Amino acid sequence: MAASSQKPKRLQGLRNLWESLMQKRWLLPVLLGVGFVLSFAIPQFNLVNPYIQLIMMYVGINIILTTSLNLVNGYMGEFSVGHAGFMSVGAYIAALLSTKVFPVEWIGWLFPFTVLIAGLGTALVGLVVAIPSFKTRGDYLAIVTLAFLMIVKSVIENIEAIGGPRGIPGIYRLTNLPWTFFWTLVTVWVIRNFIYSNFGRGVLSIREDEIASDLMSVNTRTVKLQAFVLSSFFAGVAGALFAHVLQFISPRVFDIVKSTDMLIMVYLGGIGSIAGSIVGATVYTVLLEVLRPLQVWRFVLMPLVLVLLMIYRPRGIMGLREFRWFIPSRDLFARKNWHANREKKEVSDATPAS
Amino acid sequence: MTYLLQQSLNALQLGSIYALIALGYTMVYGILTMINFAHGDLFMVGAFFCFIAATTLKLPFIPTLLFSMIGVGMLGVVIERAAYKPLRQAPRVSAIITALGVGIFLESIVLVIYPYPQSVPVLLPNVTWEIGGVVISSIKIIIILLTIALLLLLDFIVRRTMVGMAMRAISWDKSIVPLMGVPLNFVISFTFFIGTSLGAAAGVMYSQAFPVIDPYMGVLIGWKAFISAVVGGIGNIRGAMIGGFILGIVEIMVVAFLPSTYRDFVAFTLLLVLLIFRPYGILGKPRPQKV
Repeated sequence: MAASSQKPKRLQGLRNLWESLMQKRWLLPVLLGVGFVLSFAIPQFNLVNPYIQLIMMYVGINIILTTSLNLVNGYMGEFSVGHAGFMSVGAYIAALLSTKVFPVEWIGWLFPFTVLIAGLGTALVGLVVAIPSFKTRGDYLAIVTLAFLMIVKSVIENIEAIGGPRGIPGIYRLTNLPWTFFWTLVTVWVIRNFIYSNFGRGVLSIREDEIASDLMSVNTRTVKLQAFVLSSFFAGVAGALFAHVLQFISPRVFDIVKSTDMLIMVYLGGIGSIAGSIVGATVYTVLLEVLRPLQVWRFVLMPLVLVLLMIYRPRGIMGLREFRWFIPSRDLFARKNWHANREKKEVSDATPAS
Repeated sequence: MTYLLQQSLNALQLGSIYALIALGYTMVYGILTMINFAHGDLFMVGAFFCFIAATTLKLPFIPTLLFSMIGVGMLGVVIERAAYKPLRQAPRVSAIITALGVGIFLESIVLVIYPYPQSVPVLLPNVTWEIGGVVISSIKIIIILLTIALLLLLDFIVRRTMVGMAMRAISWDKSIVPLMGVPLNFVISFTFFIGTSLGAAAGVMYSQAFPVIDPYMGVLIGWKAFISAVVGGIGNIRGAMIGGFILGIVEIMVVAFLPSTYRDFVAFTLLLVLLIFRPYGILGKPRPQKV
């Protein structure tokens, strides 16, 4: 409270508007409805040019990736660098399904199933990576995930039947704006509900202290397994969508640089915050596109901005805070009660008991 | 047999380069418990400094090596002061992300200056001897000997000098030791200087062994050196040396006896198996955890 009163008057009006908007919980479904209608209307009536539509799809895919990575890196406090590996598994499964397995005249209708199967297949792979995480932690788990990324890339390069190092060309462009919007929504919804459920409390307790949470009878193995599987499922979904936007995939697309990009988006937005993931992914993707006229210089400018942001806001843009819309109302009430009780207690402490 | 000997020589050469880079990771980790992901790119900058010294300044090998080591060492100190020092109290991951950012910055600034891959003139005397069917080139021998000399020098600095003692003390406890009159900032800067200049030496040697350099050459080699640091036990200087040589030997032997595309696959699978049996690396010790 003290910090906000020191802010300049000019910002106060804007801040009040933001506060009052955030209070209105009915606004979220309305905004979602408008967004869904827009996602159909934009490609139908060409409201914006195709280039901007493409960027909007990339923003959606990056939000899916960032939110799912935030589940492992932000909420569970691990340091996974192998998210691009999961993405590539999803992308390859989806691309193989729609170019080789499904008949050409049906692939448009079967696209939701393609994405779903890609997600499930990736979740299965996530199960394998979750097992080393039972024992190792921190930097050693980072190595395990890094090794996983390299192994996936190497395996794909060595299998001639799926194109080897040349990749898979000629994938139909099936990802469109409504599908991207739909899957982004599903990701945010599922992960938000997971975090605020009992399982989510387990994930948070592992971040705070693994041994302590184990002593408090949290089954850390199950919780880690769930978090990894859920995270890799959505990485696979994002990979499937990505393959059908790019129309061409090769092992080179999913290298360590892709993972680095995702890490930057997560920590730019702020760990342990879904709102942060959304903001981080959007800001990073849009900023890189806006700075495109600078050509090579944008990659000189972008890291400078990142370093400055990290120095002045080490927790990222949102940093463990959340849009109030995403917090379930019972948590909001609990927090309000807690503050009220504390104030009451302070008052009673201040008046000396006679 | 001769084939095996020939490949061992290559393995030692690659292992030396990995070991030198891995030392930079492990020294910084030991003293700050921070992973300096920009280190692979400092290795690349070292190779480009070598290119500048060899082509524009036309220096011979030893001055080139010193130029590159001192220049990149200073760069490392500047990076530490400007980017990492404000983050010492911040959460660990923000320092890691800053390091990734610094790495991308270095890559792009070099890409702006040198948009195309450059070829470095070979400064070392290139003589080859043939002993019993094994072809030995003088470049490989010089690289291996120079690495061993640098490693011995480092071991001497860390174990026998006052600065080295201060470095070991600070990696033991960062809050008490400064109270005993040890200059914390100087020791951290010194560690960065040593670590990055070893990386630069690796860059110079790499550009002598494989003369084509480009701004992205540090990414994969940097990550692999990080892996060798972890295999040896991160924070442990002798562990990093051993880890670097192990990774070099494994990679070259895989290429020697299997199709070369299996190189990464076999190397990383072996690493995973090793981490399952020794989760804290070869020489690392698990730290007791308090609740």
